[in-house]
Amino acid sequence: MFEFPEKLYVPMEKWIDAIMDWILVNMSGIFDAIGGVILKILIVIEQTLLWLPWPVILLLIGAAAWRSMGKWWHGVIMAGLIFLVGVFGYWDDSMSTLAVVIASVAVSLLIGFPAGIIMARRDKVQATLQPVLDAMQTMPSFVYLIPAMMLFGLGKVPAVFATVIYAVPPIIRLTDVGIRGVPESVVEAARSFGASDRQLLFDVQLPLAFPSIMVGINQTTMMALAMVVIASMIGARGLGLEVLVAINRIEVGHGFTAGASIVFLAIVIDRISSAFARKQQKHLS
Amino acid sequence: MEPTAAPASVEPILKARGLWKVFGDDPQRLFESDLKSESKEKIQEKTGLVVGLRNISFDVHKGEIFVLMGLSGSGKSTLIRNLIRLVDPTAGQIHIGGREICAMNEKQLMNFRRRSTAMVFQAFGLLPHYTVLDNTAYGLKIRGMPEAERNKIAMEAIRTVGLEGWEDYYPSSLSGGMQQRVGIARALAADPEIMLLDEPFSGLDPLIRRQMQDELIQLQSELHKTMIFVTHDLQEALKIADRIAIMQDGEIIQIGTPEEIIASPASDYVQEFVRDAYPATVLTAGTIMEDPEPEIHVWQGPQVAHTLIHRSKRDFAFVLDKQKRAVGFLSHRALDDLIRRGGNSLEAAMDVEFETCTPEMTVEELFPLATASPHPIAVVDEKGKFIGCIRNTTIIESMIQDEPEEKEGEGDV
Repeated sequence: MFEFPEKLYVPMEKWIDAIMDWILVNMSGIFDAIGGVILKILIVIEQTLLWLPWPVILLLIGAAAWRSMGKWWHGVIMAGLIFLVGVFGYWDDSMSTLAVVIASVAVSLLIGFPAGIIMARRDKVQATLQPVLDAMQTMPSFVYLIPAMMLFGLGKVPAVFATVIYAVPPIIRLTDVGIRGVPESVVEAARSFGASDRQLLFDVQLPLAFPSIMVGINQTTMMALAMVVIASMIGARGLGLEVLVAINRIEVGHGFTAGASIVFLAIVIDRISSAFARKQQKHLS
Repeated sequence: MEPTAAPASVEPILKARGLWKVFGDDPQRLFESDLKSESKEKIQEKTGLVVGLRNISFDVHKGEIFVLMGLSGSGKSTLIRNLIRLVDPTAGQIHIGGREICAMNEKQLMNFRRRSTAMVFQAFGLLPHYTVLDNTAYGLKIRGMPEAERNKIAMEAIRTVGLEGWEDYYPSSLSGGMQQRVGIARALAADPEIMLLDEPFSGLDPLIRRQMQDELIQLQSELHKTMIFVTHDLQEALKIADRIAIMQDGEIIQIGTPEEIIASPASDYVQEFVRDAYPATVLTAGTIMEDPEPEIHVWQGPQVAHTLIHRSKRDFAFVLDKQKRAVGFLSHRALDDLIRRGGNSLEAAMDVEFETCTPEMTVEELFPLATASPHPIAVVDEKGKFIGCIRNTTIIESMIQDEPEEKEGEGDV
């Protein structure tokens, strides 16, 4: 009597599958084109990273950390962590992971930045987008692998696609928050002097929202890194794949070194990008 | 500051007529109903609409400082924002320099704001990522003026407000008072027809506030800008205004010069305000002086003078010459002495050491004169003609605030 009535069952999953099928049949051209572009970007980034001699990359990371965090030994520590990744034997894997992360962040910014600006300008867009973003972040990240795989097959392109969906909400949200957080008095002052929407955006809102936007970039990057590891399940090679292999073979040492390499990569990216974000905040308070 | 009774023939630079601001959904329905003249509370109860401004009309003349004064919630900030449509009025017309503001589209409005007005804000509204110089030049930058040109004008404005040497600093390293100087410099650099100042000094320490008020008055005496100045502080209003509009519950309940407002408050509300005011800065010699009677002339005999003084129920008089200029002070006692000694000439009894003032001088300016001489002060017009006198006790009495109840009775305590 208290069983849920079967009559009320709605074949929702079949409808969604039908929609997916329709998209696959009718819109494959579009997705192939998108996939082609993403692949090209990816290849350029990965080739560049692998072409650069490893000491140069260590130097670049050290210099970036020194500049952003302030002390020379910050640079040494950050470069040292990446050096350790190489010592563990994962240099090429970490570079291909980094390439997917960079490509995903670039695409995320390309989508998220304008979306955040529109969201900040229009209350209705914000009201619609907010729950969508919430849902995107609450959804288990594995779920994104399925449509990504269906649309782009296996490999790095679906990995980027799934990663972008997972990592784009923070940059949208924090661009919106940053622009809305610009003090009303400053916006009003700009308006009172006859600033156009464009002038207001570029002279006032974006510069003042910049620290918030930098936090968004930081978060998006960290989420992209997390997702790239999961995306190794659909064929993105790199550090994630090493972890996956270690799990399958129950190799504790292998899993530990690969896992530690991901952590080191995460620490370096997080420290450097959040230090840049903080630097921007200085005379804005 | 000279009192400005602007000639009626001159067209005002700003004319506001029948301005309404109604908050709520579809505010126009208020004007279609017959509730328009009902009280604010009744309108809110019946329609859910909140009346922010009700039927506001006023003129502002070129070169005057027009102060909008009222407590918070009286609508003064809404009104000043309505004037350049930072907040759109619901009904009414605003003419500035012959243009109808309410009829403008976005683009016209933008150009109008760029050229004709500049605003100073309570919260300063400076761009934190711009230096003092860039902030000052901001209004010109928006107009598209080339950098070299706008920086030159901005430097001039920075000098005018006394911030020279600070142009490369960011606002965050400046004190509140200095930040507001930047706000004023930014408005001056734009060289607008009308400057709008929304409680510019309310966020500052009392000492700095007074100093800024003094500087604004100084600035105005050189620049003769048209300013609309919002404040909740009557003291400030009286100090800087040429004319004051007092607002309550979204309506203007009195417009007048500071003196008119002090001397004859239009309602209990205004009276309430005025009670806290310090009249020495507002009341003038002309308002508190006694009439010049009796007129005693230097050629008259002591007995005549005695009779005239006695009849006037005073115990002193000023002795005048042919041009009616006061030449000496004559006390009752000195006159009695003269008569007892059998003297003939008033000149032997009068004291030529006394102070004079003009009717425009404020009571505050009379203080030093009152202490300089034990005699009453002679009030003279611009030709030196004697027109009245002020006793030291009258000056002190003018400082004592009349309670409304007592005001019914006699003026002199």
